[in-house]
Parts: sequence; structure tokens; C-alpha cells
Amino acid sequence: MKYSYYPGCTLRTKAKDLDAYARASAEALGIELIEIEDWQCCGGVYPLGSDEIATKLSSVRALAAAKEKNQSLVTMCSACHHVIKRVNDDMKNVEDIRTRANNYMELDEPYAGETEVLHFLEVLRDKVGFDELKKKVTNPLTGKKIGAYYGCLLLRPSKLLSFDDPENPRIIEDFIRAIGAEPVIYPYRNECCGGYISLKEKEMSKNMCEKIMESAEGFGAEMLITACPLCLYNLNKSTGATLPVVYFTELLAEALGVKDEVKKEVQAS
Amino acid sequence: MSSEKKQAEMIKEISGVNPLKCMKCGKCSATCPSYNEMDIKPHQFVSYVINEDIESLVNSKSLWKCLSCFACVERCPRDVKPGKLIDAARQVVVRQRSQDYLKADEIPELLDPELPQQLLVSAFRRYRR
Repeated sequence: MKYSYYPGCTLRTKAKDLDAYARASAEALGIELIEIEDWQCCGGVYPLGSDEIATKLSSVRALAAAKEKNQSLVTMCSACHHVIKRVNDDMKNVEDIRTRANNYMELDEPYAGETEVLHFLEVLRDKVGFDELKKKVTNPLTGKKIGAYYGCLLLRPSKLLSFDDPENPRIIEDFIRAIGAEPVIYPYRNECCGGYISLKEKEMSKNMCEKIMESAEGFGAEMLITACPLCLYNLNKSTGATLPVVYFTELLAEALGVKDEVKKEVQAS
Repeated sequence: MSSEKKQAEMIKEISGVNPLKCMKCGKCSATCPSYNEMDIKPHQFVSYVINEDIESLVNSKSLWKCLSCFACVERCPRDVKPGKLIDAARQVVVRQRSQDYLKADEIPELLDPELPQQLLVSAFRRYRR
């Protein structure tokens, strides 16, 4: 399985572990993640204005690069996934955006949303299969009670993201089962952590994250997993209940027996 | 055309939203995690656009409390997308000269060692041109 891979800005800086654990796990699973050349930051949030073109171009470049290689494009961060997936939908279905973006880009062949965008969790579910993943686990996380924290960006708007049931998702719970642990379902798993509000309104996101943490803890979770560096940052600012929050790729690497070598690498970098 | 009428048209155009589709069920406000922080609530936002009371909207602190979490967009039974209207009103403000909600000078004191780049780029995108 060969994929084009878009890491995103934060995976090169504060979330190196999200990336490194993913790469090592992919290798252990026989998945080749080929980083696209010269990728640019997606901007973190999808530009909602229908007249915004320039802010969507970095995503178009990544999508077109994957198309050139005839590969699907794999994302790791929830925010990158949200932005690139939605821009891809624009390029496929919104004529005005498609025309104007292509006018800027001057590609050999206009881009019209041909690339399939997959979050790494979707690769695990739909390409590898959670049953197959389970067979490859050498170090099952037996007995660990883990809460999936979905947040917003992977799920909504569900018509565009087509990731999972937005009100009752199960992909991360199924992932948790596949690595041998026990998922804890709690009501706040798809509530917002506050996102970018935590830059200027720190109290607001802190209050929201406290509710999420308390909810997870109340239902018996011992830790939370996420795919988003901003969710992780915000949740870690919670001062009420303080469960450990880790990236899903860290637990995947642990279950596949490749965590320790990666950990040394990340710490050294 | 009055300038408020023009701005209302601009908000509709940027957002691509038809506020007349709203049936005032209030589900957007009921589901909004920032509801308590907003002076103009998401369902009211739609009415303000219909009534072309743009002066109130562009001065509303709600513009800076919306999280773009898409809870209102997901749950609206009429597909009105109030979150997109709020973003368009925000655009009408920040696209004017020196109306940025976040200034570069403010950044150093907002930083901490764990703060992810993603947070800075996201805030820059939402709060300024």
C-alpha cells in the first residue's frame, strides 16, 4: 500500500511524536507513506468564505501532487484533514472555486478533485481493516480503559467529511479494540475543545476542556486519545480532571511493538 | 443601496447562505458551545441578516466567540449553516483596513512553550485578513 502523505506544520514542530509514531506504525503494517514534496501549511482552518481562493491553494497543491502520482493522500492531523478534504470537495463540486483556483495554479492538467483524501484512521479501518490490524498487534494494551476524543474537525460537517456517524462515531473505539484495549464511551467525546479560541480566550477553552475531561473520567476512562495537536494542547490545559492525553499513533506504535525506538528518536530531535 | 443593505448582501454572498430558509427552531443556539459567551445568539444572527441590521452584527462580540466547530452547521434541519454567516460577518470586519482582531504585536505574550503552530495559523486565519 503506497500513499502520498501530508504531515502538516505542527507535525514538524510541536507534534513530532504524532508523525514519528505514525510513520513507524505504517512501516510495521506494510504501508508506505511517501511525503509529498514542498508541501505547504494548510492554514489550520478551512476558509469558509466562498470567495476565498488564495487561502485554499496550499491544499490544492498537495492534492494535485498526489494526483500526479496517482496515489491517495493521507493526512494525520484532524485539522489538516478537515481543510484538505473540504478544499477537495470544492474543487470537485464548486465550479467557481475550481475555475479560479486552476487559473492561479496553471497546472498541466486542471485539478478537479480527483484525489482521494484519507485520514490515517480511515486507512486503518478501510484499507488495512481493524481485524487485520488486530492480528498484527504484538503487544496488546490489555485492560487499558481509553476514551476516544474526536472533537469537531474529523466529524463535522458529516456530509463533507464522510468520516463516521457525527453523533455516535465508533471508528476510534474500534481502533482501541483492535489494539487490545477497552474503549470508554462518554458523552463529550465529540464536543469542541475550544480550538483556536485558546489563543486569546484561554478561560473559555479551559472550561470546555474541563467538561470533556470530567465526562471522560466520570465514565471510567484512564486516558484520552486524539488525532489533533490543538485538541491535545487544549485538553492538557484543563486543571480539573487531568487524564493523560496522547496521540492515537503513540498507542498504535506501542501495540505494534515499535514505540521505544521512536521515542528515543523523538526525544533526541 | 444603503451601506447596511450592501453589507447584508455581501454577507449572503460570502457565506453562500440563504437566511430565509431558517424556520427559527433554535437548534443552532441550543447546540452552540459558545452560547453563553455570545451577545447575539446563532439563531438571532440569521434574523439580523434578514433584517439587515448589520451595524449590530459587526459590533457583536459573537464574531470572536464562534469556534467554527460546525455543531450548528451539522445539526441545522434546514441546512442554513449559521456558522458560515458568522464567519462572513467576521470577514466583512477584518477585510477593512486595520480591523484585525488579532495583532502581530499581541502574539509574544500569548505564547507558551507547548503552544502548537496550528493554533497560531488558525487564529490568524479567523481573526485577520
